[in-house]
Parts: sequence; C-alpha cells; structure tokens
Amino acid sequence: MSKAKAAAVSEGRRAERRLGWWLCAPAALVMLLVTGWPIVYSVLLSLQRYDLRFPADKAWIGLTNYGTVLTSGFWWQAFGVTLLITVASVLLELVLGMAIAVVMYRTIMGRGLIRTVVLIPYGIVTVAAAYGWKYAWTPGTGWLAGMLPDGTAPLTQHWPAIGIIILAEVWKTTPFMALLLMAGLALVPEDALKAASMDGASAWQRFRMITLPLMKPAILAALLFRSLDAFRIFDNIYVLTNGAQNTSSVSVIAYHNLIGGLNLGIGSTMSVLIFIAVAIIAFVFVKVLGTSTPGSGGRR
Amino acid sequence: MSARSRRPSRRPWRRPGAALAAAALAAGLATACGSGEASDVVNLYNAPQENMAQIVKRCNDRAKGRYRIALNTLPRGADDQREQLVRRLAAGDSGLDVLGLDVTWTAELAEAGWIREWTGGHAAEARRGTLPAPLDTAVWDGKLYAAPYNTNVQLLWYRSDLLPEPPTTWKQMMDASARLAAAGKPAYGEVTGAQYEGVVVWFNSMVASEGGSILSKDGKRVDLGPPAQKALQVMRDYARSKAADPSLSNTKEDDARLAVESGRAAYEINWPFVYASMASNKPDMLPNFKWAPYPGVNGAGRAPLGGANFAVSAYSKKPEISYDAALCLRDPESQRIAAVKDGLPPTIESVYNAEGMAKAYPMRDAIREALKTAVARPKTPTYQNVSTVTAVTLSPPASINPPSTLSTLREQITDALDSKGVLP
Repeated sequence: MSKAKAAAVSEGRRAERRLGWWLCAPAALVMLLVTGWPIVYSVLLSLQRYDLRFPADKAWIGLTNYGTVLTSGFWWQAFGVTLLITVASVLLELVLGMAIAVVMYRTIMGRGLIRTVVLIPYGIVTVAAAYGWKYAWTPGTGWLAGMLPDGTAPLTQHWPAIGIIILAEVWKTTPFMALLLMAGLALVPEDALKAASMDGASAWQRFRMITLPLMKPAILAALLFRSLDAFRIFDNIYVLTNGAQNTSSVSVIAYHNLIGGLNLGIGSTMSVLIFIAVAIIAFVFVKVLGTSTPGSGGRR
Repeated sequence: MSARSRRPSRRPWRRPGAALAAAALAAGLATACGSGEASDVVNLYNAPQENMAQIVKRCNDRAKGRYRIALNTLPRGADDQREQLVRRLAAGDSGLDVLGLDVTWTAELAEAGWIREWTGGHAAEARRGTLPAPLDTAVWDGKLYAAPYNTNVQLLWYRSDLLPEPPTTWKQMMDASARLAAAGKPAYGEVTGAQYEGVVVWFNSMVASEGGSILSKDGKRVDLGPPAQKALQVMRDYARSKAADPSLSNTKEDDARLAVESGRAAYEINWPFVYASMASNKPDMLPNFKWAPYPGVNGAGRAPLGGANFAVSAYSKKPEISYDAALCLRDPESQRIAAVKDGLPPTIESVYNAEGMAKAYPMRDAIREALKTAVARPKTPTYQNVSTVTAVTLSPPASINPPSTLSTLREQITDALDSKGVLP
C-alpha cells in the first residue's frame, strides 16, 4: 500500500515536472529564437563572402574573413583602444565607485537624497549624455571647450578624444559601480569592524584588512559586469567621435563594416570575434571568482 | 494628409487571434509607415533642403491628382543619409519611391540592384538639355540610373583686398600666403583637410589636375601612379606651408567658410554656398569677396564635382508615377527654384540664364566654365570603402610621405575594391 502511495506521489511529481517543462517551453523557445538564432546566423555569415553591394559574388569562403580581420591594422587598433578604454574606465570607476559607496553607506543625514543624486548620471540615456559631452567639448558652443586655449578642439585629436570618451563612460557608470559595491558593503559585519577598532586598527587598516577581503565577491562581480559592458562600448564613441582619429572600439568598427560598408561577411566576423572576446573575459572572471570566494581561499 | 490613407491598413489586425502577432509586429509596422499608403502617393526621400516643400507643392499641383509627392527629409549628414537609404533598400522596403542620391552613390546602388534603370521617354527627358558632367554622374556601366537634380563645383574664393590677383596654382597660393604672412596680414588658405570625404575630394582633383586618376575608367583597378605621387607631394607641401591653417587637419567646408568670414584666412577652396553665406553674415566683406577657377598643380586645375540626382527605388510599387514625379522635381522650373532660393547649381544648362539667376548667382559663368573640366570622384560600387581608406591614409595631410603613402594607398584601395578590406 505504501509502495502504491509512493508511486502515486512520484507520478504526481512527474506530472508536475512535465507541466513545468511545458510552461517553460514557450519562453525557452522564444529565447532560442531571439538570441540563439542570431548568434548562429552571424557565425554562418562570417564564413561567407557576403557584401550586399555584390549580391552575385556571395560564396562560402571558410575562415578567410577571420584571416582578413585578424591581419587588419584597423581591427587591432580598435582592439587596443577598446582594451585601453575598458581597463582605464573600469579601474577609475572602481576607485570612485568605492569612495561613493562608502560615503553613501555611512551617511546618516539625507541618505535617500544623496543616493538619488548620485544615481542621476546613471538614469540619463547614454546617447543623450554623450551629446551633452560632445557639445560641451565643441569649440564655440561648449562650456568645457571654452575653458581651453583658443583653437583647441579636443575631440579632433586622438588622445584627448580617448580621454573624453573614458571620462564620459566613467561619469555615466560610476553610480552603477557604487550601487553594486554598496550592496557588498552590507556584507561586512559591523562586529568585525568594531572588534578591529577595539584592537587599535586605524580606519584605513579596517578598510584594507576587513572590508575589502569580505567584499571581494561583490567587487569581482561588479568588475565582471562593468568589464563586459565597457568592452562592448558603442554609444559614447558613436556620438562623440564616430571612430575618427582612430578612436573606434571593436563594436564601432563592426558597425562601420556591417552597416556603413554593407559587408555582412566581415562585419559578422567582427561580431563573432567580439562575442569570443566577451566570453573569454567572462570565463577569466568566473574562474577568478571561483577561486576566491570566501571559504575556498583558506586564508582565514 | 497621410493619416487618412494609413488608417485602413490597421483594420485587418483587429481579428481575434491575430492580437499576439499584431503586438509583435507593432514595432515593425510603425517603421514601415509608407507601405500602407494610397496608390497615388510617391514617397520622396531627400537631403534637407529649405525650400524643397515649395518644389514638391508645385509638382503636386501640376500632377492634377495623378500622383502626390510626400516629402520625407533624410538626416543632415551624407553618411547618415546613405545609411538610412541602404539599410531600408537592403531590406527591400517598398516605402521608398524617389531617392535623392549624392552623385557618389550611383554605382553602389545600381550594382546592388536597388535603383531602376532609366529608359525610353523618361531617360530622354532626363538627358534633355542636361550638362554632360552632371549627367555622367548618373550613369553606371553605360546605363542611366538617375535624373540629375543639382550639380556643384568647388572654386577658389578670395579676398581681393588681400590678393589683387588670384593665384592659379597651388604653388602660387603658397607663395601668396608667404607674402601675406611676411606682411603680417591674414595669410591662411583654407582647404578641406579633415579626415572625411573633403580630403578625398581634394586629392582626387589634384590627381586629375596632373592628368591621372585614382581608379581606372571601369573602376575595377587602381590607377594612381606618378600623377598621384605629385599630388601627394603638393598636398604635403601645402599642409606644411604658410598657407596652412594650424587646424587644417580638422577643417571641413563650414570651418573653411567661417575662417574666411571671421577674417582669419585670406582665401578658401570651397563650394559656391560660401557666397550666399558671406552675403548674409558679412555683407561689408562681400564687395571684396571674389572667385576664381580651382587652382592646378602646373596648369589649369580641375574642380571637384558634386551634386545630387533623383533615382527610383527598385522596390517601389509605383515606378511609373515615380519617374514622372522625379522628372518634375528636377525640371527647369524646379531647378530654378532650388538655385535661386537654396543656392543649388542647376544641371540643366538653360536654367543658368533663367530669371533671378544673375542676382543669386553672379558666379554662374565660372561654375559653368568649371563644369567643362570638373572631375567626378571614382566610379565604383565600393566608393564608400575607397573613400574611407583614402581619407584615413591621407590624414593628417602634413604627415604625407609621398612614396610610402602612395604604396599604402594602393594597397588599401585594392583591398577596398575587392570588398576584402576592413573599414576603420
């Protein structure tokens, strides 16, 4: 009798599980269609000579497009610029975001107001903000350009333009970083900080020896999110320089080849390479994360 | 006006069961607004032009209900215009009928099969009285693909109070600037040296002045050679001479115009729009603001040729009325309005003598003279790529190193022609 009951239960559970699958199926299918297929399709396009202007010349050419892109100076220039912008902006955001997170966390007076104000840049549409920066740095119309010596147009020179792109990126996403880090700060038990304080640890020592190690998972997660985002930077550059003066990121150069050049083959190859690069970044971070979560490090 | 014609197209979606599909397609429907319009509407997509509405209205009145042109204005930048057009054409969008095309896009759109060939009576009408140079910009592979609307040539614009005699060669320009600089007067000669189409236009004219060309006649091979090397040498020398504005490598048409209007520069190489601008911005400088032919390297120069043509989309469902609408939009009276009101040089020869032209176009004889030898940009479906890599290779002009720049250029353009190259 009990056996029969168990069978009935498992039968019921199985039916439930089946229902679960059925309920998930539409969502899974839609996901597959809207994300899976485009990825597969770009891979297929990347293996073809496919220029919309020469419909007659369409042909399968294997990995030739990859050879073309990977031996192109323009691609590596864009790759270098992207890496530079990623590393510089994420590091700056980390430092500034941490400072803001600590301030937001420790504030007693007007906490809600401060947190709201800090989040404003993040709430502004990136393209709108980028236009703001662009006009600010344009001689004649801009208040920032007006502070520079006459005749300087920073957005028309390589290094100043890169600097402005990083600045716009940092200004825009530091609040996001601060928000993620503030969540991490909440992980640090007050007791540990108080105990350290009793033992005579200075504020800096408490931050470095207690807060930072305990926050490590949150910091790494924040870095992962921001690095992936920053590597795919597009809108700021598109508006500020559109890639002039060798300021293209990999996404901008892919866009130029795909949409401007109508070269679906080369453009898709770049998209696939960006996809691979992003996957590598994620893989490295997850590996790092995996080895450094509290408890597995064995340091404490 | 289009609200009336669009409403019926929404009705079929009100069926039960189609709600989901309707929701999913709503975004698509909103962008494809042209597709549901009445069969007499011709959708014109044209670059911003202040008095285009007046030309459209005139044609609609003349059509007497046979067609109604709906004016859609493209973005201001040429690249943005092209991008919108090719993106929609690549998707086979039937919402575009008549397209206002830059003269450099003909080959690309024709080769891709996105614009219709003009034949028979339409072609004869488009050719009638049209100047040969602008007409040739509408031809690809021996076939006519558009009706020329307006043309353009660059001239040398100078201040006669500083330069009593206009220079006729680039060498003379550099010498004149050196003299002006020594006398402590405004000495710069503005050229479009920024990394964009402008520097390509400059290079193309220099090569042509030396009797060469960037591409072979059929557009399939790179030509360049000694004329190109000479052109590069002159561009480099100019960019390093007293004539060069420090911001030469960032100068576009508007910067050049402003530099002369503000009194910083003595002369500029530019399109005729600078005359109307000078007349309205600095009327006191206008009496001394003169024009001369585009300078040459050794002898006479060959001015860059610009302009716009009207083509009919291959995906248009109303080709017959589209051809008629396009022909009306560029007929002599339409061109006269565009010339007098918006400063666009006509492509039909007789319009140069039309009413109002003498006042709006005192330089019209110089334009017509320049059109006889004006040089078009290379004809190739990959012009966008050729132009982009050329602009990058030539920037900044002061860093040009003739032999090595030439070989880089040859390599880059060859790749671009094979659509193998990567765009920066």
